Amino acid sequence: MTDAGTADEAGDGSSPDGAPGRSGLVDRHIAFVEALRSAGLPVSLAEGLDAVGALTHLEWTDRSVVRAGYAATLVKKSSQRPTFDALFDLFFPRLVGEGSTTLDPDAEDPAAGRATDTARDGAEALEAFRDQLQEQLVGAAGEGDPADGGEGASEETLRRLAAEAVGRFGAMPGRTPGQTAFSAYQALRRVAPAELTGRVVDGLLAAGDSDAMEPGMRAYAERRAARGIGAFTRMVEDDARRRIAERKSPEHVADVAVRPAIDRVAFTSARRDDLEEMRRQIAPLARRLATRLAKQRATNGRGPLDFRRTVRASMSTGGVPITTRHRPKRPHRTDLVVLCDVSGSVAHFAQFTLLLTYALREHFGRLRAFTFVDRTTEVTAVLRPGRDPVEVMEELAASIQHAAMTGRTSYGSAFRTFREQYADALGPASSLLVLGDARSNYSDLALDDLRAMTNGIRGAWWLNPEHPRHWDTGDSAASRYAAVVPMVECRNLAQLGEFVQKVL
Amino acid sequence: MTWFTSPADATARLGAAGYLADEATATTAFLAGALEKPLLVEGPAGVGKTELAKSVARAAGADLVRLQCYEGLDEARALYEWNYSKQLLRIQAARAGEVDTGADGSAWQRTHDDIFTEEFLLTRPLLTAISREEPTVLLIDEVDKTDVEVEGLLLEVLSDFQVTIPELGTVTATRRPFVVLTSNAARELSEALKRRCLYLHLDYPDAEREREIVTAQVPELDDAVARQLVETVVRLRGLELKKAPSIAESIDWARTLVALEIKELDQAAITATLGAVLKHATDQARAVRELRLRA
Repeated sequence: MTDAGTADEAGDGSSPDGAPGRSGLVDRHIAFVEALRSAGLPVSLAEGLDAVGALTHLEWTDRSVVRAGYAATLVKKSSQRPTFDALFDLFFPRLVGEGSTTLDPDAEDPAAGRATDTARDGAEALEAFRDQLQEQLVGAAGEGDPADGGEGASEETLRRLAAEAVGRFGAMPGRTPGQTAFSAYQALRRVAPAELTGRVVDGLLAAGDSDAMEPGMRAYAERRAARGIGAFTRMVEDDARRRIAERKSPEHVADVAVRPAIDRVAFTSARRDDLEEMRRQIAPLARRLATRLAKQRATNGRGPLDFRRTVRASMSTGGVPITTRHRPKRPHRTDLVVLCDVSGSVAHFAQFTLLLTYALREHFGRLRAFTFVDRTTEVTAVLRPGRDPVEVMEELAASIQHAAMTGRTSYGSAFRTFREQYADALGPASSLLVLGDARSNYSDLALDDLRAMTNGIRGAWWLNPEHPRHWDTGDSAASRYAAVVPMVECRNLAQLGEFVQKVL
Repeated sequence: MTWFTSPADATARLGAAGYLADEATATTAFLAGALEKPLLVEGPAGVGKTELAKSVARAAGADLVRLQCYEGLDEARALYEWNYSKQLLRIQAARAGEVDTGADGSAWQRTHDDIFTEEFLLTRPLLTAISREEPTVLLIDEVDKTDVEVEGLLLEVLSDFQVTIPELGTVTATRRPFVVLTSNAARELSEALKRRCLYLHLDYPDAEREREIVTAQVPELDDAVARQLVETVVRLRGLELKKAPSIAESIDWARTLVALEIKELDQAAITATLGAVLKHATDQARAVRELRLRA
């Protein structure tokens, strides 16, 4: 089945109200644009028209050309591209139904259906499939980078394997043959690609003639294996979405199953490859914020009136002060004190926030950073400028051990130890930033200590990585702390950037 | 004139001009020509954004007009400027003649009409590109470096291909140029600007394509060395570096290797020439450690 045929047929199928003469393409286009909008892409009417204009110039025989045409006209931010791709795959699917039969010549005909279910989906089949997947992952990672490579041959094979995984191991038979449902969760649980990591790493190390004991090589192989498995996981999810979209409607799936763009992914629910991507986003984000902060400061009003120069300037206008002269504004630099909860529940969030403040360091006069679980320790030395970010992350992770005595988060004792040991960190020019979910294991909150800390400083904020609807649930003392220090929701990179720009 | 007849044609002709475009790039370049819309290219430094504009010009036999953006760029540098000194000369020359003709105000009127003509207009890149009769590629480079106000100035040019000069009227393009804007995303461009453009995100290519690019740019390079080089660069990009090596840097590296007549990219050779690819001390240290090079 060709790709073009697929797109057209899918268009026909989804427009029940389409008159016989209509191809359904317009309906599909409009539905697609609608879905993009509800996924948060600001697609304007003019851009939609541009896309239609572009498509009239393009051939429909090549799916990737159509994708490129849509992408050029509708997606104006690279962070939105994954969302766009996911939706494009839903509305203009790669294939319909089982496409993977060609992969394995002696695989059963899917039309034969449930009669051969055991052969398609048994313990042996599963083991054979996992071997095949492992081989492919070793091959793909060896050839290059499956995550950001083009539509390479190895990626194509991996995609076919993903389709096969969903078709064989993710199928949940319905009452009649037409009602089979597919589950990415089930497919992933049974194929368990994550458990293959060790085997893929060994395979990679064996493929390259390198010393397997060398930690650097091993870390590199692990990273490649993790990326390959992450890509496979994503492909399985994509394929399951595609199949569900076929049975229900793409709109339905788009509403519930498409992941948000990377800067909208919540820190607390991020997956491993999301985290890697987020860390990559930190540096550009910091650079963008720095440019904006510098501009804001340059234009931020003018200083007090310079009387002498104003009078002198008024001489040329006969003593009438038409233009006023001002003293240059005194630049203020923020002394930032970051107090960061690094316990397991908020660890990801803490890492990003620390990394971002680290990246923005040159814009703060002084930065002192502290981490705590139930005891506060200083990590300022770790965040020395010009250091390698990976080392910084490793040392931060190591410093967590120093931050814990009992291993149970206690904001109260953290604030107390801060006041005992580092009271000198806070002065009239400092801003205090507390990062954490305010979950203190029902221990003493030391509200008075916190209040004393915020006394006489420039400002204090609390960034909470939880949605406000979870505040005050369980052991969260969010609103009690919020009464002392203004609390801001900060769940993703976008909100973090917004906060930095607005407040610091 | 049509710039390209199809995406395949774009691939072929850009290839002939020395630019190996992938499918998305070729399709988008074709669309930019077919729809006569400006093309906004974004991506990390050194992936061939500027080169794309130059290659389009080469492929289509058009001339390139370039506007390099920087902080503080203004109308006078981007659009047009009146040639004040020449206008002043004209006024003085008219005054000298005034004595003869017997002044009655009409001389002033003549001078006034006179000094706001095209003779006294200095065209800057944007106006130049619009008023040209020949096929033109207009490259607006690093548009993210400008101030937000300049973006507003670009809007009229980019949507209607016209420039309004209060004293002269509106200059409309007789032949629409092929406009390429490049950006490193140092700041978000305004929605209004983005809406008027087609968008293309260029990223590091996959290993296969990068090898093709390197061998096309540096034909003297040995095939085996090229493969090793690209492999190493891909591995370097996998590390968490401050600045990942770009295509431009791989090409520089290839040239370095050719110049040093290195036939085998072993660890010693990589260590010796690492400065061509990595420009931060910490990045180099990290690469040496991770690639098991001797420091």
